[in-house]
Amino acid sequence: MGQSMRINLQVWRQRNEKAQGQFETYNVETNPDMSFLEMFDVLNEQLIEEGKEPVAFDHDCREGICGMCSMVINGRPHGPKQGITTCQLHMRSFQNGDTIVVEPWRANAFPVVKDLSVNRSAFDRIISAGGFVSVNTGNAVDANSVLISKEVADEAFEAATCIGCGACVSACKNASAMLFVGAKVSQLSMLPQGQPERETRVVAMVNQMDAEGFGACTNTGACAAECPKQIPLSVIANLNREFYKAKLNGK
Amino acid sequence: MGVMSFLFSSSLGRKLVMAVTGVSLIAFLLVHCLINATVFFNDGGKTFNYAARFMAENWLIRTTEIFLFLGFIIHIGQGLWLVFDNRAKRKAKYAKSAGSANSKWYSRSMGLLGTLILIFLVLHLKHFWVVSRFGMPHHLGEVQYVASHTGSQEVLENLFVEMVNVFANPIAVIVYVLGCFSLAYHLLHGFTSAFQTLGINHKSYTPLISSLGTAFSIIIPIVFAAIPVVMHLGIIK
Repeated sequence: MGQSMRINLQVWRQRNEKAQGQFETYNVETNPDMSFLEMFDVLNEQLIEEGKEPVAFDHDCREGICGMCSMVINGRPHGPKQGITTCQLHMRSFQNGDTIVVEPWRANAFPVVKDLSVNRSAFDRIISAGGFVSVNTGNAVDANSVLISKEVADEAFEAATCIGCGACVSACKNASAMLFVGAKVSQLSMLPQGQPERETRVVAMVNQMDAEGFGACTNTGACAAECPKQIPLSVIANLNREFYKAKLNGK
Repeated sequence: MGVMSFLFSSSLGRKLVMAVTGVSLIAFLLVHCLINATVFFNDGGKTFNYAARFMAENWLIRTTEIFLFLGFIIHIGQGLWLVFDNRAKRKAKYAKSAGSANSKWYSRSMGLLGTLILIFLVLHLKHFWVVSRFGMPHHLGEVQYVASHTGSQEVLENLFVEMVNVFANPIAVIVYVLGCFSLAYHLLHGFTSAFQTLGINHKSYTPLISSLGTAFSIIIPIVFAAIPVVMHLGIIK
């Protein structure tokens, strides 16, 4: 165990979606080996002992793959490090005595459920609109009967690493979801299984994205810089290509 | 409209409009800059005045001018609409934001930079375009040249002297230089951003586009900004 450290935490507290939120200040005794979420566990234990309402925050796997932990830490989604989620952030990334400001994802399309927890079902509705492939049920097809080059498979896989956490929306000054939609559209448009719905998919997903109230992309690159899975900006260029091609074909 | 309505309703359609008009305006800037650069021949504005006459009288250029104005209006209108629309997508603002950690300030300030360029543009059109096209508030002066191939006398409008007169005023020079700064930063993001929007992004050629964009965004505004400065200092006259 490392030595203990003291953190001055300013946390956004909001009773529900409609309520007015405000920052509360807490002093937390923690240590450098704890993850950021474990530090919040310590804070919540402390609040429960004091008879106060613990801070609501989302988390599930705590190993960087579920995409639930949605905290904007000192103005950056998932905190100051690149390519990690909040659960992979450790207190050793901060100094003893630091003040840390923690806020929820802020976007009209992601309403706050409570405190640091936001409702990201807008992403689910975008996926429902077109982020699927139609496959006949029955026996599993023979291995290697559907051909795909290694390069394309790798690229599709890279896009498929998106965990739908919403850090892209949270980092974007326009609250745009194009990195997310770009990753999903790229992944499915590259795979042979995704071809039948290729054009209707991209139009349906983009329309749903707009309907959910996400902003338009202005190519600042903040999304890709903050993405815990380091999805590249080129997926958005690919999304644009797919969309324009579908529009040229009258979709 | 029908199927084309997405150009003004869909987020992807609207940014396609920004990119296409943006690339057209970049092409215009290149032509404008090359013509202006003829003042550096320092021949009393002869080459420049001949170039200006060509631009004013050539029917192809005059037709293109209509599309240029359309391009400006659509780029400005769509751009401002997008800025306000995008801003409204996050009603609750962050208490602490660290934009500089993940993006360049000028990429986040395209609306502001564009507005500064728009203010400059209005002033610039009043200085030169309105005067040369409509003779308001005064007509351009005239100048006589001996045509090089026929040896006969020719009378041309002296747009060059108009420039010398405008840039005699130090405030005009400062405004023009600031306008060029705004343009440089607007281009620094806009050039590469247009290609990204058009779907032209691949690790094999995007570094080339980025380098070209950076060079263009620095060189063109420097040439533009140098003209009022050297004219004010009397180096070009």
